Amino acid sequence: MKYLNYFKMTIPALSRNESFARTAVSAFVSQLDPLVSQLSDIRASVSEAVTNCIVHAYDGKDEAGKITITAKINEDTAYIRIKDNGCGIEDIKQAMEPLFTTKPEEERTGLGFAVMESCADKVKVSSGKNKGTTVSLTFKIVKKEVL
Amino acid sequence: MNVTFTRTDELLSARLYGEIDHHTARDMRMLIDSEIEGTLPKSLILDFSGVQFMDSSGIGLILGRKRLVEALGGGLYIKNTKPHIRKIISLAGLDNLIISERSK
Repeated sequence: MKYLNYFKMTIPALSRNESFARTAVSAFVSQLDPLVSQLSDIRASVSEAVTNCIVHAYDGKDEAGKITITAKINEDTAYIRIKDNGCGIEDIKQAMEPLFTTKPEEERTGLGFAVMESCADKVKVSSGKNKGTTVSLTFKIVKKEVL
Repeated sequence: MNVTFTRTDELLSARLYGEIDHHTARDMRMLIDSEIEGTLPKSLILDFSGVQFMDSSGIGLILGRKRLVEALGGGLYIKNTKPHIRKIISLAGLDNLIISERSK
């Protein structure tokens, strides 16, 4: 498929980059003029996926851990991919169950994937133990009404 | 300062500012907990009028404070949530905590 535009960036898995990552992706997708509410959905989804990399994939420890974010757009769709090389997820189905979390003591709610699924049109997770995790999010762009 | 407090009688109101994510929630949590422990309020109101963004880390922040004030015999309420923040709150089934739909 030929895309209208794309970008790729790699950032260290630091919590201060959660804000940067969602803002960068949102700024990139803005060129398609999506509804403000959809940009909020994109920001929330990217934030959840990146936070998962920091909290789970690298367990909040490995500051050398890297997160690679790719975004591609065509006229009416945004494809966003968030990839880490961390510990991976053994049981993806369980990880995606609302309220399932391995870190309740850190006030993690187990709602990250639920937020992604309620915001994005499609969420795909590829992972395996010690194989890293890739989260692919698809958004069918709802354009701002032309006044 | 990303949280400011006002207190009247037994009501503590915490106004949150900026963006709530895993990174910022930690500081907010410490500030609010220390205020709760210092003032032992009957009710805690989290005022979201200054919050521009929130992900599920905000739900953790709400639930953790709810547990704390309830353990002290009080209750937690939420007000002034923007639509995209309300969406996350609804997803967590916490709509019943929202006491005002007014958004400045």
